[in-house]
Amino acid sequence: MKVRFKLNGEEVEVEANPASRLLDVLREKFGLIGVKEGCGEGECGACAVLLDGRVVHSCLVPFANVMGKEIITIEGLRKTEEYRIIEESLLDAGSVQCGFCTPGFVISIYALLKNNPNPEDKEIREAISGNLCRCTGYQMIIDGVKLAAKRGEKLWKA
Amino acid sequence: MNRDFKVVGKEVKKIDALALATGEVKFTADITLPDMLHVAFLYSPYPHAEIEEIDTEEALNTPGVELVLTYKDVPQTLHTTAGQGYPEPSPYDTRILDKRVRFVGDRVAIVAARTREIAQEAAKKIKVKYKPLPYNLDPEKAQESEPVPPQDAYHLLPTIYEPRKNIAAGIKLKFGDVDVAFEKSDIVFEHRFEVQYASHSAIEPHAAVAFYDERGRINIISTTQVPFHARRIVSRVLGIPLKNIRVIKPRIGGGFGGKQEVFLEQVVALVTMITKKPSKVVLSRREVFTSSRTRHPMITWYKAGVKKETGEITALKLKALMNAGAYGPHALTVMANAGSKVLPLFNKIKNLLFEGYTVYTNLPVGGAYRGYGATQGYFGFNVMLDMIAEELGIDVLEFFKKWHIKKGETSPIFEELGEGKEGVAQVIRSCALSECIEKGAERIEWYKKRRKKLREGDKVRGVGAAILMQGSGIPKIDMGAAYIKMNEDGSFNLHVGATDIGTGSDTILAQIAAEEIGTSIDKMIVYSSDTDFTPFDVGAYASSTTYISGGAVLKCARKIKEEIIKVAAEMLNVPMDAVFIENGVAYTEDRTQHVSFEDIALYSMYSRNQHQIQAVASHIGLESPPPFMAQFAEVEVDIKTGRIEVLKFVSAVDCGQPINPVLVEGQVEGATVNGIGYALWEDYIFDEQGRLKNASFWDYKIPSIKDVPEVETIICKTYEPTGPMGAKSVAEIGINGPIPAIANAVYDAIGIRLKSSPFTPEKVLKAIKEQGLKL
Ligand code: FES
Ligand code: FES
Repeated sequence: MKVRFKLNGEEVEVEANPASRLLDVLREKFGLIGVKEGCGEGECGACAVLLDGRVVHSCLVPFANVMGKEIITIEGLRKTEEYRIIEESLLDAGSVQCGFCTPGFVISIYALLKNNPNPEDKEIREAISGNLCRCTGYQMIIDGVKLAAKRGEKLWKA
Repeated sequence: MNRDFKVVGKEVKKIDALALATGEVKFTADITLPDMLHVAFLYSPYPHAEIEEIDTEEALNTPGVELVLTYKDVPQTLHTTAGQGYPEPSPYDTRILDKRVRFVGDRVAIVAARTREIAQEAAKKIKVKYKPLPYNLDPEKAQESEPVPPQDAYHLLPTIYEPRKNIAAGIKLKFGDVDVAFEKSDIVFEHRFEVQYASHSAIEPHAAVAFYDERGRINIISTTQVPFHARRIVSRVLGIPLKNIRVIKPRIGGGFGGKQEVFLEQVVALVTMITKKPSKVVLSRREVFTSSRTRHPMITWYKAGVKKETGEITALKLKALMNAGAYGPHALTVMANAGSKVLPLFNKIKNLLFEGYTVYTNLPVGGAYRGYGATQGYFGFNVMLDMIAEELGIDVLEFFKKWHIKKGETSPIFEELGEGKEGVAQVIRSCALSECIEKGAERIEWYKKRRKKLREGDKVRGVGAAILMQGSGIPKIDMGAAYIKMNEDGSFNLHVGATDIGTGSDTILAQIAAEEIGTSIDKMIVYSSDTDFTPFDVGAYASSTTYISGGAVLKCARKIKEEIIKVAAEMLNVPMDAVFIENGVAYTEDRTQHVSFEDIALYSMYSRNQHQIQAVASHIGLESPPPFMAQFAEVEVDIKTGRIEVLKFVSAVDCGQPINPVLVEGQVEGATVNGIGYALWEDYIFDEQGRLKNASFWDYKIPSIKDVPEVETIICKTYEPTGPMGAKSVAEIGINGPIPAIANAVYDAIGIRLKSSPFTPEKVLKAIKEQGLKL
């Protein structure tokens, strides 16, 4: 089946089995390897992407569902100023160890700050609870989010 | 001994962090090659069975399938998958595929096809006739059960190994006479403790890729903590010369010991050798749970005799029974560490007996896991100390401080108990454990909260503590090496065998080199873990990288600095000892003349006496200085539901001189949170046939950000004279304390002793029923 959708700002059309996972299509047909597979069951968030601005786990999304929708992956986000702030803040806070979970976290943090520029501790925990990290113990990721909220203040409110 | 550092001890950013965050960097699963085949496995549905017939025809005829392998088609070399130094202290009891399967999840066949889906589908079409065999899931019944390992399994070392009795390893160690001492002691404590199976759960699943390079050599890229051991093991198992194999470690998405096992590399290499096509395997999360490696479950029996007046522990007996599962990687050494990394902490006990056995069962296979036996051993140890202090009517922190090993002291265990052979005698040269205890106590507000049993409705609060040590590498066994060369612009290539698995070792090794050479970190170009292009290193395990590989880098940096000074002296026309280096510039003593690194490099390459400024060095640890730690938990126990909530967790650590404080905290906090998950929920649930019932993140919960309390790390700096820049290693220790600290906190809250982890609500309620609340 041919599916048209917007991917990282560009209109694309691709032929794939409609039942295949969005995750596989992004990785295999578009080479977007920033979208990671950690569990394939919707639990770890390593495969997180934005679907019409909402965080989804691409391992759970049947490819047919993206017809006419907009998908943004870490590769698309990378070009934005918002991304730069999040990335710098995570790096400064020491939130990146192995980094396998990081692209997924960045997606969730971006969505969080876009909706809630000044999140409280509890809201941060809630918003990124769909992302698992086994290396950091999370404290430094929370610190990173707070730093990003502060540094990008104007940007998030825009 | 406090040096004024410029790069070391600073919060230098991880040098690879940027590329990791953008998602640009390639992990093993991201590698795709033309014509690549994808590998899938067929696994045994039986806990123990003989394959009577196996029919692969239908699978082989599936379009897209290129290869199906059974035990009939693969080399039958016995080996261990444990990625340890040679000769491995683990039994040779494993074949790539065997006629017999030994646990649910053991491999039956290998399929290679054009896509992963085709391979998985085809695997299901293989028809197997099994003859089920008697099986055993209970380590305490292992010795009387049907033997699990192959008839011809053997051990390279002269050690206790009785496969016919399912004994995978045994140790007995004795000082003094415990029985006489127990007789004479005023109080005797005797308790049984148990810790469970667990999964490392690195977010990146295990994966491996193989291909032939243009010279016809097998190249393997894999999620390995041990590239050099992987090369050696693949060479032996497949019978191909070592020189024809190259193993490359790309970025790794966490290891924690789970990737210290070589069980995929030989499979992709074999598929590529037969088909002449690149091949790849990526395990699913389910496969990681069932068929990779796990934490070894262990039962420990502690018995202690105490003199009432002085509080002296006069005798201690530790008996350990470890469950290896169906194969024995690390069977001896993990169990040995339950004694060797634990007992020296209370080094004044004169009568000591440590007796440990590891047994085979028909369950998933244990392996190296952060903490490596110490996690299992410290549970009972710290709970016992808490009990003893209570009985003596003293504060457990004072008890800890009085008896723990101190600087200048030793323990006979260091010498007696090593990794598969005797150990190495050592004196403790740095120890800030008492300071760790005090600072941690302050932060958790110990004296304000202990014994208060603060209650609100059904919820009662308490605090508990645990003290720990680990090691820094395996002394006289682990070796790491480094190579440095200088480039024309004054930058340096640093090549190390050391394996950065997400820990940040590339960064701290660059910091050590930059510090010693006298340049900045951005001048260091690090390349690590490639068996063709970097010197040897045992790999990332046993908390060895900072101490051992760091030691090699330091030596190497010293040597190249010497070379740099030699050239500078020639250029400046002064003797060598009249030159010093600062920030990438060589000055004469009086600072009147100078040459930059760039000048020096250019001169050495193009002007006179041309040569490459370079150096190489290796390092082995002659000792294994332990990092020390005190951990504290504040919990709230719901006496109605049995639910434990950890409110706050504090770790105070002595890791010598921290090379990079942020990375130290990252290691400690990651280990701590993993330990909290292990203490409270993480467990393997089997049915009566040994089938794992919770092989997914859905059913096997690792801590999410919502589950973790406030965790705090305090660094109590010391200077370890044998370590690079005064450093000790710190990657493992933090995982050992959560179980006992939480158990002791629960006792402080409600007077219940928990002796079997994980501390689920059901277990807590059961313990309340059995022991009765003490509020
Ligand atoms: S891979 Fe999609 S949530 Fe884990
Ligand atoms: S940094 Fe490794 S899983 Fe998060």
